[in-house]
Amino acid sequence: MGSLLTIAYETFGTLNTDKSNVILILHALTGDSHVAGYYSENERKPGWWDIMVGPGKGIDTDKYFIICSNILGSCMGTTGPSSINPKTGNSYGLGFPVVTIEDMVQAQKALIDHLGINRILSVIGGSIGGMQVLEWCVRYPEMIISAIPLATTTKHSALAIAFNEVARQAIMADPNWNNGDYYRGPKPDLGLAVARMIGHITYLSDESMRHKFGRRLQDKSDFSFNFDADFQVESYLRYQGTKFVERFDANSFLYITKAADYYDLENRYGNGSAVKAFSGVRAKFLVVSFTSDWLYPTYQSRAMVQAMKKNGLDVSFCEIDAEWGHDAFLLPSERLTALMKGFLEHVYGETRK
Amino acid sequence: MSTAKPENNRMRFDLQIVASWIEPGSKVLDLGCGAGDLLSFLKENKGVVGTGIERIEAKVAQCIERGLSVLQGDINEEVFDYPDETFDYVVLSQTLQQVYKPAELIQSLLRIGRRGIVSFPNFSHWVIRMQLLLSGYAPITKQLPYEWYNTPNIRVITIKDFRKFSKEVGFEILKEVAIDTNNHDKRGNIVEFLPTLRAGYGIFLIGGGKQ
Repeated sequence: MGSLLTIAYETFGTLNTDKSNVILILHALTGDSHVAGYYSENERKPGWWDIMVGPGKGIDTDKYFIICSNILGSCMGTTGPSSINPKTGNSYGLGFPVVTIEDMVQAQKALIDHLGINRILSVIGGSIGGMQVLEWCVRYPEMIISAIPLATTTKHSALAIAFNEVARQAIMADPNWNNGDYYRGPKPDLGLAVARMIGHITYLSDESMRHKFGRRLQDKSDFSFNFDADFQVESYLRYQGTKFVERFDANSFLYITKAADYYDLENRYGNGSAVKAFSGVRAKFLVVSFTSDWLYPTYQSRAMVQAMKKNGLDVSFCEIDAEWGHDAFLLPSERLTALMKGFLEHVYGETRK
Repeated sequence: MSTAKPENNRMRFDLQIVASWIEPGSKVLDLGCGAGDLLSFLKENKGVVGTGIERIEAKVAQCIERGLSVLQGDINEEVFDYPDETFDYVVLSQTLQQVYKPAELIQSLLRIGRRGIVSFPNFSHWVIRMQLLLSGYAPITKQLPYEWYNTPNIRVITIKDFRKFSKEVGFEILKEVAIDTNNHDKRGNIVEFLPTLRAGYGIFLIGGGKQ
């Protein structure tokens, strides 16, 4: 791609004079650089992690200088398959090279270099963002003081890959997808919506769906006996799917999910051994998982904690009791907020001794 | 034996004694660290690099919030992951009586640490002896406040039992102290006269486990 790479990023808070208060937030599959706050009064919803990032919050913008950039291959400002290829004047589509988690982190590193920063107080992210956290720690150990990987893994399970594959198939089965070349015509909205519906199921849990929807009906007292959305859960998923296609590009969905499926920290850096993969790492870790997360289950977090322990790394681990499945890391949680706040304060305090 | 001076009157008395045995600047693993009182004291007062293992999420969270490095997990399993002699001291305070395989845990403890510090409620305390003798019911004391059907304390250990255990398992008792206190009492005294009868707890510094 040569030099033709755009990175969309936002910063919050103020960089201190010795540049020692930098926190890098790494977003998940469909996130963007807009972590917190509102762009304008007209904006309906604040940034995607507004509950955690802000003045006095878990990641305190009064104290830290927070950077978040849109990941490579996405469609929220950073170059991805929907960007215009200057050679053709059209969108890249499938002409965009396949990207990896490693590539995403390399792009972020270019941004950090551009900002003149060489030490990062903490890298923080959940899910696919958590994979980037781990990649940062392994790839640039001398830069990272601490890290908070949330609800994540060093490699996707077959289950996670399976759901991603079904989601990708939904997109690719949409005739409008047209081998990724749809930017001048109708988009594969139906396929992308179904992909999102599948995603949403994996972010919830049996328990949270039972509480949230049960078998309740949507705006009716009896079944319609046709294929309309009778159940609330159907209506919810359809709504999430429809809303998603307004903001997200189908090809980006393919590229990013594939990058996550390909990621295997152990193979890449340790010949299959997690212990070896973490051997050069220096960061202090806070690893967090959630009890009802079956997409990135606790055993995966424990496996990385085990590898960190075997390397003598300073690691804390907490499994938060939460019924909301994988989504839990993005939902309000006093526990998670307090953990992150305390951890960051102490890490920051230790650097200032 | 020892004349340990209580160093911190905010901390449980037995932990004050444990703390007094730990050399400044050492590496310590606290198995069943609770909300991190001991680790926090050691970090602030002795420059100790500490790690804790605790099963209960809320306590783990309290530890992390106060800046301690703590892992949520089962002590019996978590000890396996550490390389040999990772720590100078491994502390097992008032937990031995709840452990399913005590010999294995003690051996792991002395594999990953140069020294172990083990404390437990002394089941040969005279109050316990009298209760069983006079009432005929399973003893309930301040140190062991449960009914037989809801107690987490699956083992009854006396100070003499532990000495015998050390010979059977093959480790050395380097130091021992018997104390008299209530579980959460911040005050107590060291019992030098008839400790097996009069002490609520035994605290042992151990080392030299044969592999």
